[in-house]
Amino acid sequence: MRKSLILFCLAVGLFLFSITQAADTPIKLQQAHIYPSDKPSLQRGAKLFMNYCSGCHSLQYMRYQRIAEDLGISEKLLKENLIFSAAKPADPVESALLARDAKNWFGVVPPDLTLIAKIRGVDWLYTFLQAFYQDNNRPWGVNNLLFPEVAMPHVLAPLQGIQVYSALKPEQPQPTLSLEQPGLLTTREYDQAINDLVNFLAYTAAPEKLKRQYLGMGVLLFLAIFAILTYLLKREYWKKINERSF
Amino acid sequence: MAVKLSRWLKQRFPIEKTYQENLTHYYVPKNFNVWYLLGSLALFIFGLQIFTGIFLTMYYTPTAKEAFASIEFIMRDVNYGWLIRYLHSTGASFFFIVIYLHMFRSLLYGSHKRPRELVWLLGMLLYLVLLAEAFMGYLLPWGQMSYWGAQVITSLFSAIPGIGPKLTLWMRGDYTVADATLHRFFALHIIAMPLIMIFLVRLHIKALHYVGANNPTGIDLAMPMVNGKNNQIIPFHPYYTIKDLGGLAVFLLIFVVIVFFAPEFGGYFLEPTNFMPADPLQTPSHIAPIWYMTPFYAMLRAIPDKLLGVMIMAAAIAILFVVPWLDRSPVRSIRYRGWMSKVALFIFSLSFLGLGYLGLVDVTPLRTVFARIFTTGYFAFFLLMPFYTALEKTKLLPERL
Amino acid sequence: MSNEPIDEKRRKFLVAATAVVGGIGVLAASLPFATSLLPSAKAQAGAAPVEVDLSHLQPGQMLTVEWRGKPVWIIYRTPAMIEDLHKHQDQLRDPESLVEQQPEYAHNEHRSLNPDYLVLIGICTHLGCSPKYVPNAHELSPSWPGGFYCPCHGSTFDLAGRVFKNVPAPINLAVPPYTFLDEKRILIGSDWNPGQGIPDGR
Repeated sequence: MRKSLILFCLAVGLFLFSITQAADTPIKLQQAHIYPSDKPSLQRGAKLFMNYCSGCHSLQYMRYQRIAEDLGISEKLLKENLIFSAAKPADPVESALLARDAKNWFGVVPPDLTLIAKIRGVDWLYTFLQAFYQDNNRPWGVNNLLFPEVAMPHVLAPLQGIQVYSALKPEQPQPTLSLEQPGLLTTREYDQAINDLVNFLAYTAAPEKLKRQYLGMGVLLFLAIFAILTYLLKREYWKKINERSF
Repeated sequence: MAVKLSRWLKQRFPIEKTYQENLTHYYVPKNFNVWYLLGSLALFIFGLQIFTGIFLTMYYTPTAKEAFASIEFIMRDVNYGWLIRYLHSTGASFFFIVIYLHMFRSLLYGSHKRPRELVWLLGMLLYLVLLAEAFMGYLLPWGQMSYWGAQVITSLFSAIPGIGPKLTLWMRGDYTVADATLHRFFALHIIAMPLIMIFLVRLHIKALHYVGANNPTGIDLAMPMVNGKNNQIIPFHPYYTIKDLGGLAVFLLIFVVIVFFAPEFGGYFLEPTNFMPADPLQTPSHIAPIWYMTPFYAMLRAIPDKLLGVMIMAAAIAILFVVPWLDRSPVRSIRYRGWMSKVALFIFSLSFLGLGYLGLVDVTPLRTVFARIFTTGYFAFFLLMPFYTALEKTKLLPERL
Repeated sequence: MSNEPIDEKRRKFLVAATAVVGGIGVLAASLPFATSLLPSAKAQAGAAPVEVDLSHLQPGQMLTVEWRGKPVWIIYRTPAMIEDLHKHQDQLRDPESLVEQQPEYAHNEHRSLNPDYLVLIGICTHLGCSPKYVPNAHELSPSWPGGFYCPCHGSTFDLAGRVFKNVPAPINLAVPPYTFLDEKRILIGSDWNPGQGIPDGR
């Protein structure tokens, strides 16, 4: 019986091990660094989003007010720096772009980004924003290594600069991009900026995360105490039962 | 006052008798191990699902247009809505973990054998209803996986010769999975299936208490007490209520870690693709059912024929119902069975887990071969059971615990 | 096999401790569920203040607007109506509006910021029906000074929303928070603060 139990656990372990394999992507993903409690980073990310993304992408399940509360932004600053439409603070973050226009201009409706970090994963988003390169065969003059033939123009190009594709050499495991024309930010600053943006998108995907983990610690502590009590109680009641010999 | 009220009640309702029959005078073997916590835990999760479900129903909108947004409304705008929803979604996965282990316990200690065949049958019926309940519940978030999962599973019925296509149409209430399907699945998920389950759980427990519980040794124990002393069986209350409470505390520790720290569980409890709203015009590139259905799904994929695949899948569940009559071993517990039973049970477990894994990942030719091997292993366990259980040499049973 | 007796005291203590801790746990676990029943962020967003233009309202007329899903009345009282308010004090249950059914700035004999405009939540304090506006004197009974009449259970209120004696409603009609943006524009749901001054409606 004990042996079968061990074998069973082993099988379960093997099973769990084997399911944690990474999904296939055209290029290796770079790691984003997510700090849900880093408010300055989230604030910078929010500002980047509102300035560069919100023209086409909405965050329709996220209210401006909630963002301001969670990120420690005052209502005044919120109205001055983050709300670019006629929206009220209690309204969700909608984009000004009409779906019909978007279909005409891009061929697809830009997806809502509230949950994108859960759908694609943060590393994917980080890598995606690093992987644009010049390609004059595409309608917007850019292509993407991670998402080939993407319909999205590289709106962050003024910040990043222009990257070009270097042909695949035998010794290289995957294609590389090199910066041909620098943008407003240095490479380091750009990495930091998109990390902030991805951090912000990770926040919008799970705005309750910090509170959830905080509450979880309390619940665990409580349950540990409760478990000890029930164990003592069980031992006390079962003492006599276990003493009865065969 | 309290005494008067309790007397008034006692004269009108067998409250004391019910209490005694199910707790204080319900005698069970004293050698239950950790496997015997699972029944109580399943009951607890069932209660939790109903409780959290009631609260989710208050905020969920079962229409194709609003279902997805209403889940996000629960997750963001409703106070503690995220907690209620994560309890429910994690509860669903844990329900299956607990139920699968509970069923495995039966196979381990022969709890399905005479005189507990009916307990097993009712349990299997419960499992079947639970699968339906979970499947219908999975459509409700109206994400891409919800939608295409429902599309595929309702299409399964179209494989039935003759009435198949009509049946699928009847189940969906539209030409594809649509608003009508969502409405009816919602009604079935929150009312019909839970009612059936409550009824079946009642019967399952009633039948169990009538014949008495099995035990890891698998021997019949003398039920009557000798001078109030019987050192083999003990009353359920207080001994097992206390023990199960401790088990519950440990279970909750694990459960809570998932709910608060990894509610999506790496995309296996809540799948990434399901955070995209359902789009009837676009199937996601990678589609698989939620993990607790994948063993059967892997069988379906391994069979290169639509009708045969569906039949194999149905047979995989149907065959579980006849286990009490396939098992011809003179002993119940695996502890006293021969090596053949042990090997068979191991192969079965491996096949089931292997199929579960293969159902989660994309198909490759090698994986299809494995899926077929595991499918064979799964069925061999049951189909050969009458032979190896009757042939093998069993160990001598002890007289008492 | 030992024969020491069961330690009843220890058992009792452990049972009590487990019960208390478990009870606290159940109570704490029920809190999020209870809290979930409070208005959601969406409901709170829908509860935003409502701006109303009063320029078309004639003396003696009533305007009904929706705020937080409730009817809010704005009555442009005539000078005669305001004059009559103190004539039937003895027939009222709470003539001084002592029960806090109004913001502090509306706690006066005409129960409003600007005497000309009465703003009330149009929900009867008895069982939640919406009373009817019966402005003309003697319309309801010979002694009727003008006011509101609830069709459900016959409660009556005067033109300051104060409840009459001998009717089922226990307290005066509530005054919502409101403020004037200018002479003819009112914002319902947002409190007036003393710095703003009170524009005269006339």
